[in-house]
Amino acid sequence: MLRLRTAGMLGRWLPELAALVSLVLFPFVFPIIGGTFDMMDRILIWGLFGLGFDILFGVTGLLSFGQAAFYGIGGFTTAYLLISGALTNAVVALIAGTILASSFGLIIGVLSLRRAGIYFAMLTLAFGEMFYFLDMSPLSKLTGGENGLSGVPPAAIGFGILVRTPEEMYWLIALLFFMGFVLARRIVNSPFGAILVAIRDNIARVGVLGHDVQKYKLTAFVIAAAYGGLAGGLLGLFQGYMPPDAFYLETSGQLVVQTIMGGAGTLIGPTIGAAVWVYLRSELQQVDAIGGLWKMVLGIVFVLIVALLRKGICGGISVLWRRFTATAPAPLPGLAVDSAVAARARVPATVTRKRSTLTGPIILEAKNVVKRYGGLTAVDDVSFQLAEGEIRALIGPNGAGKTTFFNMLAGTVPVTQGEIHFAGEQITRLGSTAVCQRGLAKSFQINQLFPSLSVRDNIRISALGRRYGKFYPSMLRDLRHDADIRQATDEAIEAVDLSDCSDAPAIELAYGEKRRLEIGLALATKPRVLLLDEPTAGMSPSERAVIVQLLKHIAAGMTIVIVEHDMDVVFGLADRVTVLLCGRKIAEGSPEAIQANAEVRAAYLGSPAGK
Amino acid sequence: MNWPLLWAQLFNGLTLGALLVLVAMGLTIIFGVLGVLNFAHGAFYMVGAYAAYAAFTTTKSFLIAIAAGAIVSLLLGVLIERILIRYFYKRPHEDQILVTFGIGIIMVEAVRAHFGGIAQRMPVPKWGEGAANLGFLYYPTYRIEVLGIVAAALIILYVALYRTRIGLVVRAGIEDQLMVSMLGINVTRTFLVVFGLGSMAAGFAGVINSPIVTVDPEMGAPVLVQAFVVIVIGGVGSFWGAMVGGLIAGEILSLTSMVLPAYSNVMLFAAMALVLILRPQGLFGVQGRQ
Repeated sequence: MLRLRTAGMLGRWLPELAALVSLVLFPFVFPIIGGTFDMMDRILIWGLFGLGFDILFGVTGLLSFGQAAFYGIGGFTTAYLLISGALTNAVVALIAGTILASSFGLIIGVLSLRRAGIYFAMLTLAFGEMFYFLDMSPLSKLTGGENGLSGVPPAAIGFGILVRTPEEMYWLIALLFFMGFVLARRIVNSPFGAILVAIRDNIARVGVLGHDVQKYKLTAFVIAAAYGGLAGGLLGLFQGYMPPDAFYLETSGQLVVQTIMGGAGTLIGPTIGAAVWVYLRSELQQVDAIGGLWKMVLGIVFVLIVALLRKGICGGISVLWRRFTATAPAPLPGLAVDSAVAARARVPATVTRKRSTLTGPIILEAKNVVKRYGGLTAVDDVSFQLAEGEIRALIGPNGAGKTTFFNMLAGTVPVTQGEIHFAGEQITRLGSTAVCQRGLAKSFQINQLFPSLSVRDNIRISALGRRYGKFYPSMLRDLRHDADIRQATDEAIEAVDLSDCSDAPAIELAYGEKRRLEIGLALATKPRVLLLDEPTAGMSPSERAVIVQLLKHIAAGMTIVIVEHDMDVVFGLADRVTVLLCGRKIAEGSPEAIQANAEVRAAYLGSPAGK
Repeated sequence: MNWPLLWAQLFNGLTLGALLVLVAMGLTIIFGVLGVLNFAHGAFYMVGAYAAYAAFTTTKSFLIAIAAGAIVSLLLGVLIERILIRYFYKRPHEDQILVTFGIGIIMVEAVRAHFGGIAQRMPVPKWGEGAANLGFLYYPTYRIEVLGIVAAALIILYVALYRTRIGLVVRAGIEDQLMVSMLGINVTRTFLVVFGLGSMAAGFAGVINSPIVTVDPEMGAPVLVQAFVVIVIGGVGSFWGAMVGGLIAGEILSLTSMVLPAYSNVMLFAAMALVLILRPQGLFGVQGRQ
């Protein structure tokens, strides 16, 4: 028992331990191949810079080309404070530089994150250049402009200790790097980190599941800026000189290149990349035939890695390692068995559910809702009331406006006119994140999963939103030990019957399983009203039967609106049915009444009236 | 008020702006159709200038130099699309950015290896020497000609985009790339042509600008950054956005350098930040486009 526990502890802290051992051994091993302390210091400073960048790019998926700004701000602040004598303690100066860099990170982040994707890359690059120009002329009295700031005094780190030589500096930098690494690992394994990974995988869905994506992205940006500021400060201390090229575009570019070469999303990748860069530069420059071409060689290697080895050196090593250690490919649980059959086996064959009495209070209400796209009116003056505890089906031929109406209820599509009320509150213009937080969740017609995350991790994103609200910047807690989340996740996985494959990545699931996971994502937000957009779309009849049984289970004690084309599903589940045609509501009532309604039959079922 | 200086700066802004329009136009067309943000665009600008420089030093003919710059950047663009970019259309935007960034590094370093890192001077062509009397201002003849040349290039581009079949495909591709390919149009070839033409626009701008600035391997980077700003201000994928954004950027750079020289570049980014706050999709951008 004790041995098991130590083994478990060891396993959990293995990366930290490995980092510690490597940092201690580095100065004894690296010189064998010609490395110097000067090179080691540079590698670790780049590595520290890269830890933050990897949280931003590797983990969250935000590619910034403007990190040099924060490196420069931190570096020049630290250097200036020490040279001017305003501060004497290097640690305090480093902290000051880090804080200033983070503050600018907040401002630049707010602006750059107004746009996503390629815009973000362009904007960060442009703002990075802005700081270069600020450094070069308006602020050159403070920063020395093209000359940089020389004469940074040896680092006094308190207790009368002075750090002078590159060798002494190594141990200071290594200590800070180690602390930075442990912190970065904690961030990645925290509830906050889980949301960041989800943002990289499928940003739209994170928002719909009730998380304030913008705040998470901004926080990641500020974290990256802080790491950059600290690294910049160390650069000035270690060199005794703060060079203006900290602000250069090439600095941002070098950080990106090193991160990709080493392996993005691994935290240690940027350090590996930096080691390759720093070492190759010093070695290649000495080779006559290459000399000045070393950067072109690196450029070619970089392009090849982007094209062929997207996970970089670390990713390549881990693939080789797995291939080397794997004896037989373990069959993915849940894939080998026909999932539909397996599921049917465990779900009770018939669930008898009493039809809702429909006397509950109105929980969701749409008042004269209209949606126009230019001249096209997709939803035209639809009013709709949903009683608590009811299952309502929303039917209508293709193009009737069902999905548009649904999206307006869920807040993913803005309403042109009219009002939507939920649990006594107007939610018309709140947006999907706030609507989800209030307890109105939607599963999509087309799966919107987190493809590279496991089933469990997928569901966890939903559970986190329910448990901790739309923004929960808890970075130091270990999510793996969160009992509440674990329980909520297990329940949801059980409810959609995916326990067999809870560790498989979503992308490897069979279609029917993906569909169930899609429902599970909405379900795990523990909504008061669940909106299901064609849950059985694209499924075989046997899979449909499974879903219907699942839904009947889920329906106990929940209010559901379901858009569906399969009439067996509709009439088997619904308490009441609402029919849309060309954006208008043409009928509403019990399934029997709808089946008998001549107008519905004519318009929707396509059979002549009064057949 | 120093009127001649103001006029001169206005004209400088116009020349600079016109060149930025040309560079940004290439960038925005490539992005609009292919969905690829080309971080090597500045390198194409630089390669165009060097090709022209090399052609001029051997032939002493500026016209041949212009042709060489345009053709070399066109062919290089086509080649790179064919052997690399093509395989990235289905990959994430980040990968596309990274690979073009890497290509840019290789291009810059290759040029540096061949021509050296020292800045070279490209002389003003014979037909552009001296200054012209505009009545209110003496202004370098070549810069006035640059305005004419760029205007002609933009008109050709406009006609090609709005009055030809391939232009229709390109514009349709900007709106909805998938739909175009579903209509049975050979998208692969269109993409090749668009990437080549976009690169040529950058290279051509590099040639035209080379007598005004110096030619060095790093000359593309600031132009790339300014082209990004132009696109952010104007809105991506928009002809008129690139047009107006470019002229605004040129005038900001030029006019602020008269009043507050230290801030001329900073002001450009401040203007970009302002657009982001007030109209994040850009002046001519469509809301909802990423």
